[in-house]
Amino acid sequence: MGAAYETIHFKAEACDGCNDCMTACAMAKTQTEEHLHSRIQIVPSGEGFELAICRQCGDPKCVLNCPAAALSKNAGSGVVDWDGSKCVNCLLCTVGCAYGGIAYDSIASHVIKCDMCEGAPACVQACTPGALKHITTARIYNEAGKLEDLFAPGLSGCQGCNTELIMRHALRRIGPDVVVATPPGCIPGMGSVGYNGLTGTKVPVFHPLLTNTASMLAGVRRQYKRAGRDVLAVALAGDGGTADVGFQSLSGAAERGEEILYICVDNEGYMNTGMQRSGCTPYGAWTSTTPVGERAHGKTQDAKNLPLLMVMHNCDFVATASTAFMEDLYDKLDRAIVAAKTGFAYLHIYSPCTTGWRFPSDQNVEVARKAVETNFVLLWEFNPADGLQFTHPVENARPIDEYLEVLGKYRHLDPDQVAHIERSLANNLARIRGFAAAEGTASAEAGRA
Amino acid sequence: MMQHAHYLIVGASHAALSALHAIRLHDAEGDVTLLTRDDSLPYSPTVLPYVVSGRSDPGRVFLRDEGYFSEHKVNYLRGAKVQKLNSGESAVELADGSKIGFDKLLLATGAAPMLPAIPGLAGLKFHVLRTLADAVSLREALPRIKRALVLGGGLIGMHAAENLAKGGVEVSVVEMQPHVLAGYFDAEASGMIEAVFAAKGVRLLLGTSVAAFTPNGEGCRAKLADGTEIDADLLLVATGVAPVTDFLDGSGVETERGVLVDEHMRTNVANIWAAGDVAQARGFYSSERIINGILPDAVDQGRIAGMAMAEDPGTHDYAGGVPLNTYSFFGQHAVSVGVHEGALEASGVEVKKQVDAAHNHYLKIVLKDRRLAGIFGVNAAFDPGIMWELILRGIDLGDEKLAFLRSPQDTARALMSKNWR
Repeated sequence: MGAAYETIHFKAEACDGCNDCMTACAMAKTQTEEHLHSRIQIVPSGEGFELAICRQCGDPKCVLNCPAAALSKNAGSGVVDWDGSKCVNCLLCTVGCAYGGIAYDSIASHVIKCDMCEGAPACVQACTPGALKHITTARIYNEAGKLEDLFAPGLSGCQGCNTELIMRHALRRIGPDVVVATPPGCIPGMGSVGYNGLTGTKVPVFHPLLTNTASMLAGVRRQYKRAGRDVLAVALAGDGGTADVGFQSLSGAAERGEEILYICVDNEGYMNTGMQRSGCTPYGAWTSTTPVGERAHGKTQDAKNLPLLMVMHNCDFVATASTAFMEDLYDKLDRAIVAAKTGFAYLHIYSPCTTGWRFPSDQNVEVARKAVETNFVLLWEFNPADGLQFTHPVENARPIDEYLEVLGKYRHLDPDQVAHIERSLANNLARIRGFAAAEGTASAEAGRA
Repeated sequence: MMQHAHYLIVGASHAALSALHAIRLHDAEGDVTLLTRDDSLPYSPTVLPYVVSGRSDPGRVFLRDEGYFSEHKVNYLRGAKVQKLNSGESAVELADGSKIGFDKLLLATGAAPMLPAIPGLAGLKFHVLRTLADAVSLREALPRIKRALVLGGGLIGMHAAENLAKGGVEVSVVEMQPHVLAGYFDAEASGMIEAVFAAKGVRLLLGTSVAAFTPNGEGCRAKLADGTEIDADLLLVATGVAPVTDFLDGSGVETERGVLVDEHMRTNVANIWAAGDVAQARGFYSSERIINGILPDAVDQGRIAGMAMAEDPGTHDYAGGVPLNTYSFFGQHAVSVGVHEGALEASGVEVKKQVDAAHNHYLKIVLKDRRLAGIFGVNAAFDPGIMWELILRGIDLGDEKLAFLRSPQDTARALMSKNWR
């Protein structure tokens, strides 16, 4: 498996052309403010701005074009390294680059290119409008790539579904000392429990009823503990099995502080059985049981805020996560795994459903991203000591239309319904902000004991 | 038993290495043998003038090391000169008489210096510059000489002339064309380059040729067409190169000036490909097959050939050779991408030229139907890679045309950046 590398991302619509990045780069590389020396070049383009910078290509043509072996792709850092002691200034590298990423600096009299500042790019730090971003998610790919995939190949999820990604990544991270419960839903439906006496996992997995996932896991964990074995009890459940049918046992286990990692994959409905509504289906959404017709216009109630309900159980760890923000998801997964060894950990991961929400199958991560950027989904985490904290606060949220319009399940919405959704989101945001403002109590453990 | 390779690559410069890279991206295991007539690791002919000048250490110019070949499971054979190709038998015969069979063969033998038929030349000691050994021997000769004669004012000749002059040698260049670097730059731009050389004491004798050579001690005396005589301690012949195809005689592989190839660099023989300076492939501006003979094109052709040989489903058609070059001289630089207006049908052609002779600045842009056809600069800032891409994609500059003419670098960068996103 090849390595993945860090990269600098440019969000053209956020760039205001202040050129601070160029100043910072020139300072970092030459201790002058001369923009000619900058390895990143911002250029005007109509009303906005575009950029020229080395993409640190995976298969760099500048390297193949260099007759003097002065350029090479660094397998460790991923940077295309330039060796001035070998360069002959022939400029053939500049012929190979269609990004303007390596260019002649007429003052320095040699070619210059971005070297990623050894992992701390000066341009990104200087970018106040947030147009430049240092993407470090490659770390996850590299680390997770070395861990064993504990599911069998060939799970049969719907095309474009992110649940398989969630399951495989979660179990890679959790490791083999685990017992997994997958109550009825998409997760066993795509083959994780298995067929004909064979499981779809390489670790013990069982198929509880919708109603008793948390209580069965509580017993499994206790039994292993009694036997002196540290085996993690993990639920991979859908929102229906968690919020509605399974809530009684979930609430009980959380209240008792059972040592469980409960991962709820929330696709806002009972999607594998024909897309019925659940307690997590949002207001206005079409489902097969909240149809759209002459009279009905989708669901008439708001979704229950399940992760917030879990906060009210004073669990050791509660968090929301999105597959559009994998670093954030991974941080939370790590903390949840630790928390589940001594108490109840609950991770609520949003899972846009290509089939049930009706959007193109290549748009899953984009839909997940829009949900966060419009504040439809809020990313936060809670533990009793520190209270609730936003992990990816969105100050200037995008208009909610940008999220609703990509989903077929909202296609019928009238302006009143959109206004209702906007009000609900505002209330939800205010409520969670209220929790975030409150102090955590370090006495939670003591209170439970 | 005869050696056998699934992929046999003859040559070890840019086209060969690019093909090898492409093969390994798609086929990590298929056995590959790379043959080079040199006794060294692979290097680029383009670096040789810098070896002569001392800018490049001949021990540090290698494009790949032993580790690369072992890691990629490549059998790298040095000192292996191919004598003969037997395409019926799918085997090559080496100079030492041994044979290597192949399933698929890439000819990337490059080009070799072409020697002009000048009376007296054959009896002289002279230098050429195509191999690392040539460069090292030329460098070793430098301390012993005062006057050098360079035959040919093309890229190799001009690079060598500059580096000889920097070494304190009195240099004369004889070029048949009225200007140096003919084909890449027009008279005005070439004139600027010539002026820089003249100012550095290099004597340029243009539009003339040597009628005859006579030996003169260790060196030679050249008699030009107009009767002028030039004495030199060292003669460098750089009058151009020709594809190395002699070993293909009787092989059934079709050649004209080079090896004729199709849009996947395949020859008329189904399991034989050719790429780089040896290949004659379609030009970008007409379907006629040309020898483009430039490094970036060798890389492109090699990649396509390698992908085709490995049956990579991503194999794409060769877009056609676009003339282009970069040329640095005495700390200045000249870049040409594409063709001048003379090579185009007149309708829809626009030319913008900006010349500041006092500052040695020259910029010429040739548009055809609002699309870039050629851009040429001396000490002008633009990204040749982006310009090449604009030409290949035939991007309509549309409303950006005026901005492009005013500020080609920034406008082209913005255009490409937007196109990539």
